[in-house]
Amino acid sequence: MSHLNTKANIAEPDEFYHDLLAQHEGRSAEESEALNARLVLILANHIGDAGVLREAMDLAANTQGGGEVNRLV
Amino acid sequence: MTKKKTFEVPLYPYVRSPDQDAGKAVRHKVVVVGAGPVGLAAAIELAMQDVEVVVVDDNEKVSWGSRAVCYAKRPLEILDRIGCGDHFVDKGVQWNVGKVFFNERQVYQFDLLPEDGHKRPAFINLQQYYFEEYLVDRVKELQAQGKPIEIRGNNKVVFVDQSGDVATVELETPEGNYFVEADWVIACDGAASPVRSMMGLDFVGRIFEDNFLIADVVMEASFPTERWFWFDPAFNRGQSALLHKQPDNVWRIDLQLGPDVDREEEKKPENVIPRLKAMLGEDVHFELEWVSIYTFQCRRMEQFRKGRVIFAGDSAHQVSPFGARGANSGLQDTDNLIWKLKLVMDGKAPMSLLETYDEERIFAADENILNSSRTTDFITPKSSVSRVFRDAVLDLSKAAEFARPLVNSGRLSVPATYDGSSLNGDDCAGMPVRSRPGSPAADAPTVNGWLLDQMGNKFQLLAINTEVPDTVEVGGVTICALSVNATDEVADRYLGDKSSAVYLMRPDQHVAARWESYTEANVAQALNRAIGIFEQEGAQ
Repeated sequence: MSHLNTKANIAEPDEFYHDLLAQHEGRSAEESEALNARLVLILANHIGDAGVLREAMDLAANTQGGGEVNRLV
Repeated sequence: MTKKKTFEVPLYPYVRSPDQDAGKAVRHKVVVVGAGPVGLAAAIELAMQDVEVVVVDDNEKVSWGSRAVCYAKRPLEILDRIGCGDHFVDKGVQWNVGKVFFNERQVYQFDLLPEDGHKRPAFINLQQYYFEEYLVDRVKELQAQGKPIEIRGNNKVVFVDQSGDVATVELETPEGNYFVEADWVIACDGAASPVRSMMGLDFVGRIFEDNFLIADVVMEASFPTERWFWFDPAFNRGQSALLHKQPDNVWRIDLQLGPDVDREEEKKPENVIPRLKAMLGEDVHFELEWVSIYTFQCRRMEQFRKGRVIFAGDSAHQVSPFGARGANSGLQDTDNLIWKLKLVMDGKAPMSLLETYDEERIFAADENILNSSRTTDFITPKSSVSRVFRDAVLDLSKAAEFARPLVNSGRLSVPATYDGSSLNGDDCAGMPVRSRPGSPAADAPTVNGWLLDQMGNKFQLLAINTEVPDTVEVGGVTICALSVNATDEVADRYLGDKSSAVYLMRPDQHVAARWESYTEANVAQALNRAIGIFEQEGAQ
């Protein structure tokens, strides 16, 4: 059974990020949200494996505001 | 009485030049406009090659305030090549660790972990005023050796013209205006380049609206010598912040303010100090050394040379400060330019060699502009969806390794490899990709000391585990041998699968061509190519 790969897997991260945001240029907030939803569904279908998708959903659900507090003062 | 700061003391005060009483325009070989890091480095390198040079600057002091503070490894190697690297590295603060915070949580930490076996560290922090002062020291050292270099303070360029092989420059001084002529003018007069404006040359690109407040504070603080970067911290909500250490207990604080601020109002101490206290704590005692507000643009000139006038550094290209790609890339401009100019001035290379300054340094400028624009887009999201993605990356980056390479608080300056340059010659399969033609030489220890300390300022044949002649003459150019036995690092960085190698190195320590062994014909062909003499295809 395969697992979700959370190791870096994108060869050119800055280029990917730029291309991703370029898709949103000129779109309204609703259009962007809809685009993101379509993109998630497309990528989910590509992955297919229910276990991997479940792991991905759990990771996304549990990472908001992650990390230790580390203050200068 | 408090001691004056370095940047308050006139370092090259105005002195009347005999040129002003000559009754006609005196002809010089090279006039460099601007005594900043780039102009001084250019002039030093020219003088070291015995090319007569006059540097003119519109004031008589070094940089006001710290300004450019991060200097990368490659520029430090260039300073070594022009004879003064130790001074900078001895004074500078070395750092490797960077931490990234989102709100109050650390989400990511990087270690620049310089590879072992290099003389110079990945980065040092040093105030620009020290940087310029040490270059002026080097100028004085060269003057003491009788080298033809002078700096004229309070000599402001007010007019530039050129016709044929001469440029005419009008200089304004406290005692009136005068003219000089020059074979070449190198304009290193900054992003607002008056020379560029006087010549009516364009400078187009992207304008960014955000304002950033720089405050340099002097304080005794126990913060670590690391680069700390915050996205959306409580003390600067909705914006970013940066903390970085400089020598003499000076700390650089950079606070994003957003668009539409009253800059004069924001710069007042009564507005700056509360912002700093929110960040540093109420109890920390600090003194403001310098405050400035900047905005930036990412843009470049279409061409860096117009006839006899050549632009280098910020006058030719401007980037955002994220990534320290301004002064660092400016030094690499002069690194690329001066050996070419010297060969052209000596009649040993065709004028067309200078076109490859444009070719190679525009390639580098575009790389720097691309990187610094992308960082800016990450730091200052331009739409709600780009902020959503930015925050998603930051939220994920603690738990998921894949998100960390997407965090972009600055892609720190690395030298350009001139892939595809018309000066590049033969490559050799099986040798390391990092040392392919066009790349800057990687340093390595050898039995005779650091490799880069033995390299530069002339064409050389780097011979590893093989024999080459002591000197090879091609046209008017002498190539000198640099023979080394392979240490582990040399083998790793230069041999790869091969047991021997011959590298033709350019005077700027970039690789021109490489082979497994020496043949006179290959070296001659590659040398000609490296100085811009291209043979016709199929010609015998």
